[in-house]
Amino acid sequence: MTVSISIRLRSRRNRHAMRKCSERVAWALVAAGAVAAPVLADELSSKTAMSRGWEFTEQGGADLFNNVCAACHQPDAKGAIGAAAYPPLAADTKLASTDFLLAVLLDGLRGMPPVGSMMSDEQVADVVNYVRTHFGNSYAGAVSAAEVSAARRRSKSAP
Amino acid sequence: MSDGATPSLSRRRLLELVGASVGGSATYQFMTRLGFASESPYRGAIKLEGDPKGASVIILGAGLAGMTAAIELKRAGYKINVLEYNLRPGGRNWTLRGGDVYTELGGATQHCEFDAGLYINPGPWRIPYHHHAILDYCRRFGVTLESFIQLNHNAFLHSAAAFDGKPQRIRDIKADFEGGVSELLAKATRKGALDEAVSKEDREILLEALRSLGALDNDFRYRAGDASSAHRGYAKDPGGGVDAEPVNGEPIGMHDILTSRLWRGLQNFLNYDFQTTMFQPVGGMGRIGEAFARQIPNGIRYGAKVIGVTQNETGVTVAFEDLVAGGAVQEVRVDWCVCTLPLSILSQIPINVSARMKAAIDAVPYASAVKFGLQFSRRFWEEDEHIFGGITYTDLPIRQISYPSTGLNAGGKGVLLGGYTFDGPNSYEFTAMSPAERVRRAVEFGAQIHPQYLTEFENGVSVAWSRVPFTLGCAGDWSDEARSAHYNDLCQIDGRIVLAGEHASYIPAWQEGAILSALDAIQRLHKRIIAS
Repeated sequence: MTVSISIRLRSRRNRHAMRKCSERVAWALVAAGAVAAPVLADELSSKTAMSRGWEFTEQGGADLFNNVCAACHQPDAKGAIGAAAYPPLAADTKLASTDFLLAVLLDGLRGMPPVGSMMSDEQVADVVNYVRTHFGNSYAGAVSAAEVSAARRRSKSAP
Repeated sequence: MSDGATPSLSRRRLLELVGASVGGSATYQFMTRLGFASESPYRGAIKLEGDPKGASVIILGAGLAGMTAAIELKRAGYKINVLEYNLRPGGRNWTLRGGDVYTELGGATQHCEFDAGLYINPGPWRIPYHHHAILDYCRRFGVTLESFIQLNHNAFLHSAAAFDGKPQRIRDIKADFEGGVSELLAKATRKGALDEAVSKEDREILLEALRSLGALDNDFRYRAGDASSAHRGYAKDPGGGVDAEPVNGEPIGMHDILTSRLWRGLQNFLNYDFQTTMFQPVGGMGRIGEAFARQIPNGIRYGAKVIGVTQNETGVTVAFEDLVAGGAVQEVRVDWCVCTLPLSILSQIPINVSARMKAAIDAVPYASAVKFGLQFSRRFWEEDEHIFGGITYTDLPIRQISYPSTGLNAGGKGVLLGGYTFDGPNSYEFTAMSPAERVRRAVEFGAQIHPQYLTEFENGVSVAWSRVPFTLGCAGDWSDEARSAHYNDLCQIDGRIVLAGEHASYIPAWQEGAILSALDAIQRLHKRIIAS
């Protein structure tokens, strides 16, 4: 929680000055990027920008893995266990099959939503190739966007 | 009622006659028979008639579905036994208060630092007036409810890409959109453009209605003036004494509203699920789960992780890890089983049911959703912006900011729902962050709407449902195709096992769906048991 604490310290310093601003004035400051906005951009926006709308905007396997797959399978790809489990993707023999991996991304698997439906063919290929060559996996044979496209046409979610 | 005039009395005319001659309740009964008034699937407290002769039922999961089943089956004379993974009742019915500690999947632990009396509901947070079953249980179990404010005309609609990113009052967008549309429609009507579609008599009434509902002036225009101010409010409100005359504001033009896309936010106030009156329990949604659990004292075994369900002709055996005793595996053997585990969990547990039911269990993805609770040193939304309850909708990744419906106008600190995403990329992106990073981002985004965030923020928590250990997701996210292929199979009694929960309802993600599903399941199960 160090992050929250740094916000708190900064907040206390600015509190007196900000209170004097009426809502409108404070607004003008933010809109103009005069005071608060650059401070925030500087101190807070350490991560990549978040997606707008209903499709992932992350590009490249690493970025997609870290912002999508890691939500459940965890940043180290080792999965997690609660009342049931998110399987590890690290050192996972199932990843030998690109067909399996594409089907999971495009159709989902049990409780897992078909996250590939919110990605382009290129993005799906990138993240599949990334996970098959990282986290103790080293499978040969990269998937192409064209192959993803073909798999998508075969998938349940095909239009 | 179309003009396809029938020779007989029109239905509406018939109703007017009934209403006029014998009064409202007769009209209502008559309407119900004609299918006008919607029929509630909830028929009041259930009565399970007949002696179960000491039959035993194990209920898996102590959420609202499981506890509903347990309470009613116990009342009917069954021996009941409830297994619950968590160390508390309620499941997704859950409130986080100061002092609570929550560890998500991956191990990140948050210590909620809210002041006394402040809370956030990470799961369900509002109850529609037409969710009759949960309202009835709240009444019967003594859960005090208060209004949940869904629509506050003075909250905001916001888009980073519209009006230079400055949030707009809901009343302005709503009144100006309705006024603008009414003006256009009135113009078309008066030009004769609708002559083929609307009869001459109805045109007169239509114009009258447009003027009234669209706040048009005497010339059917929507302009700055007394009529529009009566809907949108004033640039300067009427006062008392000297210099008290109100000043009318200038409406936002139709082009600006349309291109801003802010009208999209208005749908949140039109949907049946979100219409007033909505409710919340005093003190947090978790009060409902706590009240349910009090009905079955010592009936719930906590810290029990189900790892297998096996049935044969004579009974059901449930294996579970006793998490309180270091994970020691135990077994319970009973006659019947009501399983309310989320399908995200159940789909990973060995269970010998029919292939069709197993396919149904495996067919439902679970939505990703994230909520944020942010405590501020003062209720600036009330003090500075005169927003008392309600929800601001935005196209920022946080999607919405909900202001507390309690403690209104009393000053002091407050906790906002600082964001609530449901499905979509942002839910995954927030989930992938550490809890601290999520909160930091929510503060950063919220400050674009309320600059006071920067000076008043104190502490916060976030719950990303895909990392919630007891559900691995928010709720069953049925597609139409999956529902038509699998829903009926999911709801069957399979040997000695029946499933229940929001996932086995047509009201997914709502507590009402969980309760109605449980009531339906146990009534069918009871009937089978009594008959056997």
